[in-house]
Amino acid sequence: MEKQLYTISVYTENNLGLLNRIATIFLKRHVNIESLTVSSTEIEHVSRFIIVANITEDEAKKIIKQIEKQIEVIKAFYHTNDEAIYLQSALFKVKSKLLFEKRQIQNIIKKSNARIVTVNPEFFVLEKSGRKEEIEELYDGLAEYGIMQFVRSGRISVTKEEMKITELLEKELV
Amino acid sequence: METITKTKLPENEVKQELKKKTTVRIQGSEAVVRSLIEEGANLIFGYPGGAIMPVYDEFYKVQDKIHHVLTRHEQGAIHAAQGFARSSGKVGVVIATSGPGATNLITGIADAQIDSTPLVCITGQVGSNLLGSDAFQETDIVSISTPVTKWNYQITKASEIPGVIAKAFYIARSGRPGPVLIDITKDAQFDEFDFSYKKCEKIRSYHPVPEMDPEKVKEAAEMINKAKKPFVVFGQGVVLAQAEEELRNLIEKADIPAASTLLGLSALPTDHNLNMGMVGMHGHYAPNVLTNECDVLIAIGMRFDDRVTGNLDTYAKQAKIIHFDIDPAEIDKNVKTDIAVLGTVKETLAELIPLIDKNKNQKWHQEFHDLRKIEYDRIIHPQTKPTQEKLTMGEVIAAVNEQTNGDAILVSDVGQNQMMTSRYGKFNITKSKITSGGLGTMGFGLPASMGAKLGRPDREVVAFIGDGGFQMTIQELGTIMQTKIPVKIVVLNNEFLGMVRQWQELFFDRRYASTVMTNPDFVKIVEGYGIKAKRVSKREDLKDAIADMIASEDAYFVEVIVEKEENVFPMIPSGASVSDVRLK
Ligand SMILES: Cc1ncc(C[n+]2csc(CCOP(=O)(O)OP(=O)(O)O)c2C)c(N)n1
Ligand SMILES: [Mg+2]
Repeated sequence: MEKQLYTISVYTENNLGLLNRIATIFLKRHVNIESLTVSSTEIEHVSRFIIVANITEDEAKKIIKQIEKQIEVIKAFYHTNDEAIYLQSALFKVKSKLLFEKRQIQNIIKKSNARIVTVNPEFFVLEKSGRKEEIEELYDGLAEYGIMQFVRSGRISVTKEEMKITELLEKELV
Repeated sequence: METITKTKLPENEVKQELKKKTTVRIQGSEAVVRSLIEEGANLIFGYPGGAIMPVYDEFYKVQDKIHHVLTRHEQGAIHAAQGFARSSGKVGVVIATSGPGATNLITGIADAQIDSTPLVCITGQVGSNLLGSDAFQETDIVSISTPVTKWNYQITKASEIPGVIAKAFYIARSGRPGPVLIDITKDAQFDEFDFSYKKCEKIRSYHPVPEMDPEKVKEAAEMINKAKKPFVVFGQGVVLAQAEEELRNLIEKADIPAASTLLGLSALPTDHNLNMGMVGMHGHYAPNVLTNECDVLIAIGMRFDDRVTGNLDTYAKQAKIIHFDIDPAEIDKNVKTDIAVLGTVKETLAELIPLIDKNKNQKWHQEFHDLRKIEYDRIIHPQTKPTQEKLTMGEVIAAVNEQTNGDAILVSDVGQNQMMTSRYGKFNITKSKITSGGLGTMGFGLPASMGAKLGRPDREVVAFIGDGGFQMTIQELGTIMQTKIPVKIVVLNNEFLGMVRQWQELFFDRRYASTVMTNPDFVKIVEGYGIKAKRVSKREDLKDAIADMIASEDAYFVEVIVEKEENVFPMIPSGASVSDVRLK
């Protein structure tokens, strides 16, 4: 079976230690986590983990079942890249003088749809949200002029298909 | 009660003390003890130390309600709790101090996790203000135990104690059982709060028993009724769900041959005419070979462990697979199923039985009987009624069967002794085979037998242990002495780490690297603990020694000097197909 990037979304009780418990499920199978985001959700006291891993569908299914087996996990799903709308955010810190000395930089910024978050005499900070490839394109464009700092977030995603999570949770929460 | 005998409060005073205090503020440590009493935990195993002393101080006051068994090592305590849980069907409780006390529990926790044994483990922890400071005997036991617990939790506030303990017992015993660990900081043990107790019956994110789908049961029934060569393989799920009767009714009504996994042993009496023995690496010949001949394989409460399936690529490929299990994560984990029936097997089998017809294929039964005859002639007969000079493990087990009529609980350690006990032990009653299955933990046998006996004092408990495994937890003889636990211990001494030696003989050209054992005088050691002990090295002495052991009211030890280089057969070499099971 072929490996591809799967996005695994997990709805959980907001609980100390659960991150560790979920991470060990991947570690036990020697699966590397490509990115991980933990955040609150539209439902109070419920957290969401979004985990991206390069695995086969069979592995994804088994991992989902092991995750769902954990006491404080409410529901877990997996999606392929086609089934979800997802993006990541990145911040780029670049020397301010480049903005004036190198005309092309302005073009790159414009073309990439990146946003300038802050500017001061020493550096400016760019923010770019999008798919990994778009962020990489911007990175490559800026890299030749020098990037002082770069950081990229984990993936966040919502599904195309209606997940009926709220409905499910309402049933569970009674 | 062994731990403390001075200045014990008279019983009525204890009761008054407790009554008076239900409405007053109490310390966390007292809350722990009261919560345990609320859960009916009147027998627990443990070992004290600094971070758990406040709780021990409370045990001192309730000796009439909670019998605390002081073991000689925390590993002994947890294996004893496992033995207790497995013989009694109740939740086993273990308590230990922080740091080394807690880490000494880990092997037993891992064992309980893989063998689905309900345990509540309580560990002391340094004060919450010291967490993360590398304080004396601080260890992050919650992180360490995460991959091997069903659930764990660190309590840092006294007020959390009753709720968390209630949750722990519920999680440990419900659904597919397993071990949970509660770590309690020392300040939480000292702090006062208003105590009240409510049993846990529901956790909103946790569904211990999946809903049964009657449609799936119908589909399964149709498939079974159409089968020409149906075959049942059952596991511990049957015991855990108390579905022994349903299993029996099903196979009798349908007239289907059945075989057990290692942990399923005793769920169906050994002598039952449809019981074809055990599957797996050292299981019986017929059920292993015919796994690859059946047309419908009905798996009940088992998890297709690799020691059962051998090479998955050649496992029952010709058969349709029906899997009855409580745990959705087991479905399609190792073997792809055609029909999965989720739910407790007690419930799903009860639903299935009325839909089942009798199978009329007598030729299928004959195939089993033909292969059983081959195994009997080539292996079972020579091993249990040997003509060679040296004693065999098989004849020792047969001698015990004879004395107990198959009514005893047989505990085994790990290795050749374990496989021989599983192959030759006779079981009339369920919950009679206690062994470390999934983890294969040497040293399990002796402490597990203590717990098994304390869990079922009405039953005879006999432990079969190798000379290697005996020395892994031999210190528990001290517990047997102090607590006066009348277990019967048989050490099968081959002066080898026998099972490893067998592999060296078969797969490493007899290079016996580090498997030869120079052993001490076991009889002297056991006698040093005040336990009656006998050594048997001749056939003519065996029967009497076993008879004396079984007749004894107290603990009793028999060391049998057995053939050094006997092998366990049949054997599926690792990675081979079940149908390539070797007879020699
Ligand atoms: C804690 C532990 N360490 C190592 C092993 C590997 N092992 C499996 S069987 C065995 C030999 C057991 O020897 P003994 O207790 O004398 O039993 P025998 O096989 O001789 O009956 C060993 C070392 C194990 N199962 N458990
Ligand atoms: Mg040995």
